[in-house]
Amino acid sequence: MNLFSAIGDFSSFFFRSVFIPWQLRQSKHRIVRQVYEVGVGSLPIIVIIAAFVGLVSIVQTSYQVAGTVPRYILGMTVGRMVLIELGPILTALMVSGRCASSMAAEIGTMRVTEQIDALEIMAVDPYRFLNLPRIMGTLIALPVLTVIAEFDSLIVAGSYAHFFLKVPFDVFNYGLTHFFYAKDFFGGLAKSFFFALVIATAGCYFGFNVRGGAREVGRAATYAVVTASILILTLDFLVALVIFG
Amino acid sequence: MIDVKKLSKAFGSLVVLDDVSFCIDDGALVVVLGPSGTGKSVLLKSMLALLPVDTGEVLFDGKSIQTAGEKEIYEIRKQVGFVFQGTALFDSMNVVDNIALPLREHTDLSSRAIRDRVCGLLEVVGMQGKAKLYPQSLSGGMRRLVAVARALALDPKYLFYDEPTTGLDPIMTDKVVGLIKNLKKKYTNSGIVVTHDLTTAKAVGDQIYMLKKGKISKLSRIEKELYD
Repeated sequence: MNLFSAIGDFSSFFFRSVFIPWQLRQSKHRIVRQVYEVGVGSLPIIVIIAAFVGLVSIVQTSYQVAGTVPRYILGMTVGRMVLIELGPILTALMVSGRCASSMAAEIGTMRVTEQIDALEIMAVDPYRFLNLPRIMGTLIALPVLTVIAEFDSLIVAGSYAHFFLKVPFDVFNYGLTHFFYAKDFFGGLAKSFFFALVIATAGCYFGFNVRGGAREVGRAATYAVVTASILILTLDFLVALVIFG
Repeated sequence: MIDVKKLSKAFGSLVVLDDVSFCIDDGALVVVLGPSGTGKSVLLKSMLALLPVDTGEVLFDGKSIQTAGEKEIYEIRKQVGFVFQGTALFDSMNVVDNIALPLREHTDLSSRAIRDRVCGLLEVVGMQGKAKLYPQSLSGGMRRLVAVARALALDPKYLFYDEPTTGLDPIMTDKVVGLIKNLKKKYTNSGIVVTHDLTTAKAVGDQIYMLKKGKISKLSRIEKELYD
């Protein structure tokens, strides 16, 4: 399969999964469950990762600019870095590693054990039953996780600056808020919507197309994460070009 | 009535179904007998358009499933209950949710009515008291019975059984065979059973066909006895 037909196949899978009658009465509890699985399930790891992102950002920034610029610049630099880039992208990569693989494995197992055939025979559209809730659930959960991760990173970075770099909270906060642009925050958030779409679609797509047995299910999980990660980075560049370019 | 007309299906150079034709009359249970690997499951899946066929068609009450649109295919499938060889129960759901799924998807029944219906079906298959269990904590035979209950949920006109007794111990085999016979009497469903077990075939089938090397042929009484 060449690149163009793969992109076409992936895109048509996405459209087939989303542009269908949602039948919300039947689908809503599955969407809520996916919001829980992706959102609440990923929260502990996101909180930990975001804390370290905040620590690394402040340490690196301080190392590069210490003594050459006013201290409030630390708040500005870390703030914009986290809001525009690190928050959305690292959250997306973490959720991709955790959720795209589990979606691919779960749906792939359903494929090889004929559970998807059973849905078809029961006249239940498997795209609506399996893919739509995962895509919508991730679309709701990922932006929320991103915002939580950004707050977490900034609080940890500010605390580190205060206790270890002798940069008072109000100075850090001055840099953070004085140079805050809504575009930075909403631009990062816009990215997370696109990232959510590719994470869930990759997980569902590779799971849905499993043929064979346990080995293929394992491969599908790997392909899902790799594809989602590549697409996240590609989209990161494209969205950055459109919003900040 | 289901009319299978000149159905052919090949995977590459391997011809699995070669001009297969037969008919399932209303109220009749047809058995397709054949050794493992002859394409019995492929036949069932082709009949329900789960697998595309190379040539031929299957008519459900005169309506071809091969030429039907997606919506019409789903309408036809709603009339069919299918018991998979591997049961295909949803392992993320307990027994109740497995059986209730088609009811929740296709009916406006209240939760209470669905629960009553599921309890009734569990009683029919003799699985009362197992409602809260998950498929992985059931034995192979029990899973088969739950799969039958799920297949009955929408009160289907046709029942398809894919190797219903394979891998079961003799007691459970008798139980499943007895259930198939009782269901036929009670609900007068038409249906098809594919199996490699002649005892099961003779016990449940009104007509028995033999599928071998892609070709299907009706088994006469004498042949049945010889096969025995």
